[in-house]
Amino acid sequence: MDSELKKRLQQQAAKIRMNIIDAVYSAKSGHPGGSLSIADTLTYLYFAKMHVDPKNPKMKERDRFVLSKGHCAPGLYSTLAERGFFDVSELKKLRQVGAMLQGHPDMKHTPGVDMSTGSLGQGISAAAGMALAGKIDSAGYKVYTILGDGELEEGQVWEAAMFAGHNKLDNLVAIIDNNGLQIDGKLSDVCSPMPITDKFAAFGWHVITMNAHDFDSIEKAFDEAEKIQYQPVAIVQTSVKGKGVSFMENNAGWHGKAPNAEQYEQAMTELKTAAEALN
Amino acid sequence: MADVIKKATRDSYGEALVELGKVHDDLLVLVADLADATKVEGFKKAYPERFFDCGIAEANMMGIAAGLAAAGKKVFASSFAMFAAGRAYEIVRNSIGYPHLPVKIGATHAGISVGEDGASHQCCEDIALMRTIPGMTVINPSDDIEAKAAVFAAMDIDGPVYIRFGRLAIPVINDFDGYKFEVGKGVLLRDGTDVTIIASGLLVCEALEAAKTLEADGISARVINIHTIKPIDEEIIIKAAKETGLLITAEEHSVIGGLGSAVADVVTATVPVPVVKIGVNDEFGHSGPAPELLKEFGLSAENIVKTVKASMSLKK
Repeated sequence: MDSELKKRLQQQAAKIRMNIIDAVYSAKSGHPGGSLSIADTLTYLYFAKMHVDPKNPKMKERDRFVLSKGHCAPGLYSTLAERGFFDVSELKKLRQVGAMLQGHPDMKHTPGVDMSTGSLGQGISAAAGMALAGKIDSAGYKVYTILGDGELEEGQVWEAAMFAGHNKLDNLVAIIDNNGLQIDGKLSDVCSPMPITDKFAAFGWHVITMNAHDFDSIEKAFDEAEKIQYQPVAIVQTSVKGKGVSFMENNAGWHGKAPNAEQYEQAMTELKTAAEALN
Repeated sequence: MADVIKKATRDSYGEALVELGKVHDDLLVLVADLADATKVEGFKKAYPERFFDCGIAEANMMGIAAGLAAAGKKVFASSFAMFAAGRAYEIVRNSIGYPHLPVKIGATHAGISVGEDGASHQCCEDIALMRTIPGMTVINPSDDIEAKAAVFAAMDIDGPVYIRFGRLAIPVINDFDGYKFEVGKGVLLRDGTDVTIIASGLLVCEALEAAKTLEADGISARVINIHTIKPIDEEIIIKAAKETGLLITAEEHSVIGGLGSAVADVVTATVPVPVVKIGVNDEFGHSGPAPELLKEFGLSAENIVKTVKASMSLKK
């Protein structure tokens, strides 16, 4: 990746991470762990990849994004706000009465949200439906969706995988956020959906792996996805839950919990220090 | 009654889709491996490029329909009521209902008139499930004419619609030429002063039969067809409650949460008169020929007459 672009994306991701912590801290609830693990991928999608226009969020020919793991809404909201879909000040109202930003994505009220999600396993079906619409219309847009690795335990994911493979939806890219943790602990202890890559391949998908916190790896994966024809693409990203905040990293306890004042200060200090180190 | 034309509303659904496909060249139809049974086979033959079989995966089919609608497509999703409303309930609720996407759900094989397949396939809970979803329109047509009209009307509704169709051939009671379908409007089929029978689906025909018998026995029964369970026609129900003082509801659905409950919801808050519900009484069905089952479960003109007579003393 071009070093200037990489630096810009790293700086952007650092801001998005701070926004995530800010939003969840303000809401006193929410899901920081999984939001932080997809922060770099969201940054890449919205600042280097997707064809979107914040001033015209319903633009017909836009690329679509469905956050199938809808609980990581703070990650998506922070990214959309930074990209200019709405004011960053909305983030501090997350989850509060009268706020635009709901606990899980609401396409009816939030500019830039292409699908309402939150109940796991459903976003990938909607994304496949959008991709099918694109095929029917011979439209050039792509549909991206991010799923959690724990989400793969939902049977509907595999119904959608079968459908997308059968219909050769090569305009669909599903990113699986493989941080290895779910609410009740390690995937390997709860009910393992492994091996993820083999399963998607068996359903007729082209499978790519990437390091979720390395923009060179991310760019390489999406460049490869771009070239695939007649198959949907699954990008399995190895990520760190809670990435960027030392005490949240690789800790299932931070799946759906807000930091207290002291933890908030520490998290922000760590993220600021990391951001400054980029300059 | 020898010249009565009978037709299953699932056939009406299939025929209406073919017609609708002509008018709307962007209409899409989805099914979950039940193209022939849900009668969308005709659409498949006429417009193969606009037909998608999702396989035996109703949950995903509803999600696909949601995604298509979110991308601006007009779409009908077909399955048996048991799977469309039952199995896929939460997907219909969250992926279609919550974002208020204009997906039309064509649910066939509703109620116990499924017959021989037995309780696993006899869905008597679908109306209850669907009407609890905010913004969902729920339609239960009474015959061929009404079923076709409902399919056309659904296309113009800017939101999700659930339409319930049956497997059993039932009498055509509406007149093709004079029939005008209005979503959310009850139909006064017969005036009366002593009692009102409010029916839906295949019980409408039975209610008309019952009213004739009651008349011969000196009871003047009003008959109202409620094809749209939600939004329900409050006006026609309140008027009937005021003028006749006793409501008997009749539906091929559980007495919990269906038409009877919807009618009771209206009058308890306005004109609290007795509401006596005829339906499936909190029990599962079983295998058998549909006409026999309908009789056994009291979904008949005979039982409506009996229930009306037994309920007259409830009037104040």
